[in-house]
Amino acid sequence: MLRRTLLATASATLMALAAPAMAQDEPLKIGFIYVGPVGDGGWTYQHDLGRQAIEAEYGDRVETTFIESVPEGADAERALTQLALAGNQLIFATSFGFMDPVMNVAARFPDIKFEHATGYKTAENVAVYDARFYEGRAVTGTIAGHMTESNKIGYIGSFPIPEVIQGINASFIHARKVNPEVEMRVVWAYSWFDPAKEAEAASALLAEGVDVILQHTDSTAPLAQAQQAGAIGFGQASDMAAFAPSPRVASIIDDWSPYYIKRVGQMLDGTWETGASWAGIGDGEVVIGEITDAVPAEVKAEAEALRDAIGAGEYHPFTGPLNKADGTVWLAEGETASDEDLQSMNFYVEGITAQIPQ
Amino acid sequence: MMIDPLSVFLLLISASTPILFAALGELVVERAGVLNLGVEGMMITGALAGFAAAYASGNPFLGFAVAALAGAAISLLFAALTQLFLANQVASGLALTLFGLGLAAMFGKPFEGVKAPAMPIGPLRINWIVWLGLIMVPVVWWFLNRTRRGLILRGVGENHEAAHALGYDVRLTRLAAIAFGGAMAGIGGAFISIATVLQWTEGMTAGAGWIALAIVVFSNWTAPGVLAGAWLFGGVTVLQLRLQAAGVAVPVQLLSMAPYLATIIVLVAISARQKYSRRAGAAAPGSLGTNFHALR
Repeated sequence: MLRRTLLATASATLMALAAPAMAQDEPLKIGFIYVGPVGDGGWTYQHDLGRQAIEAEYGDRVETTFIESVPEGADAERALTQLALAGNQLIFATSFGFMDPVMNVAARFPDIKFEHATGYKTAENVAVYDARFYEGRAVTGTIAGHMTESNKIGYIGSFPIPEVIQGINASFIHARKVNPEVEMRVVWAYSWFDPAKEAEAASALLAEGVDVILQHTDSTAPLAQAQQAGAIGFGQASDMAAFAPSPRVASIIDDWSPYYIKRVGQMLDGTWETGASWAGIGDGEVVIGEITDAVPAEVKAEAEALRDAIGAGEYHPFTGPLNKADGTVWLAEGETASDEDLQSMNFYVEGITAQIPQ
Repeated sequence: MMIDPLSVFLLLISASTPILFAALGELVVERAGVLNLGVEGMMITGALAGFAAAYASGNPFLGFAVAALAGAAISLLFAALTQLFLANQVASGLALTLFGLGLAAMFGKPFEGVKAPAMPIGPLRINWIVWLGLIMVPVVWWFLNRTRRGLILRGVGENHEAAHALGYDVRLTRLAAIAFGGAMAGIGGAFISIATVLQWTEGMTAGAGWIALAIVVFSNWTAPGVLAGAWLFGGVTVLQLRLQAAGVAVPVQLLSMAPYLATIIVLVAISARQKYSRRAGAAAPGSLGTNFHALR
């Protein structure tokens, strides 16, 4: 036992001595695991653009690798371990469902830094980062409220987690604000990326009379369905410009590059620390794609004004008075939601009649 | 809240089309005694090739034709491995799936982000390819049960030694069946890229090939059974999404697992029937998954 401890201490000391020396000669190795393929044109594609931005920024000083299409669950642990054993010193895990695998692997490799997207568990060597997508949803919700003629807007949810529920609430609040008649229909696809399933979810909504579709899944399938039915939708995660000017009338783009470049820079100069980052429109992490001419000029102007107000920090998309769906008061007049409230959001706001699957 | 059954039906026949094509193709392959687990790989190949052709030519129907050819072409790799070199069918099929997914991902790079031409709407506002799929059900049934070639194909699948002894070319029959299966899977995959999503994305078939394989077993190796299986699977999926959209308060998790639950129940029912009835049931072809060597 003692001998083993001694060996472990000795090797740890050696590694600690060797690490700075290596850092000067060898490039910093950075690994990524993606939940979808890099060619998904959505979520994973945007993370991969962030990875490429790291390479463009730091050139020979870094070396990046990625493993794509890693299922959320036990297999993620294998992929993460593989990246850790391959000598990566900073590992980005880019999906909510990688949370527990990240924590497990991080505990086994205390010298390696981990960055987990959209999660909430942190450790000495695990930081979390997320984007305030709900800020973008407020803008698309405003457009949706103006554009719907049937007064039914649909939302394709992926999984009932706080991030997605924030998006549903933010869209609905702002659609209702400009159109008091508006109703929200929600369909859960239980997948982040399944084009066929997303298409079916979209057609189910369309058959229900929905004419504006908001999606929280990553493929362009809902837009294709919307087009066939003469409805409109929004690009999700990436611009989805192939469907512009209609059915794609605007989009919410995730731009991870600023965060990735900042964190890798901190790794290189040794100032990396754990933390939780939650940046939004103001930091350029959530970008509203071009609002097309399919949207009337005054609606476009209103949406852009809202975007700018959120970006400048003058307006919070969750500002009271707001009630929960069960009628209880959530935010009083003028009160804004705290980040803790948002990160654990598990209720719809008043006006949405659907139930959140428990 | 009421849901219009007709609209559910229209959604379900469209939603089940990719798996219907793939499963009909695999049905013929398996009736010839070959187990090709490469359906997913052939579907994704068809999805890409069809999309590329439709995009380049502006004609979606040409896309489907190219998808069929591409699916058949890649299936011939499997045919060569298993029929000429007598490689293990399960391993070769799995390899075909992995190969197809990788190949399509590689050649698909230039086609990311562009959009396919819109499909013209067919009779009764139902896509032409959906009609084709529905027509293929009686065609495959008729071929298997009412034609001489169909009889030979089934004979090869039931007992390849006997078929060989009677002078039928086991290898050629299986080659043709595999190519047909590839073409059908290719069309099924292309339906997702050309008619449903209108774009190419990596991995877009998302496991449809595996569902098709399950449906063949579920169908008890008959064409009407394949249709029933595809509709059941597509139908429960569509119905649960439709109920959600209508705002009916039903536990979504329960609905999401319904197709799988239904499949298990039907499989149990089929095996129970086979156990307790004296009728020599259709069930799996006798030579399914075994390789044939004329000199043995």
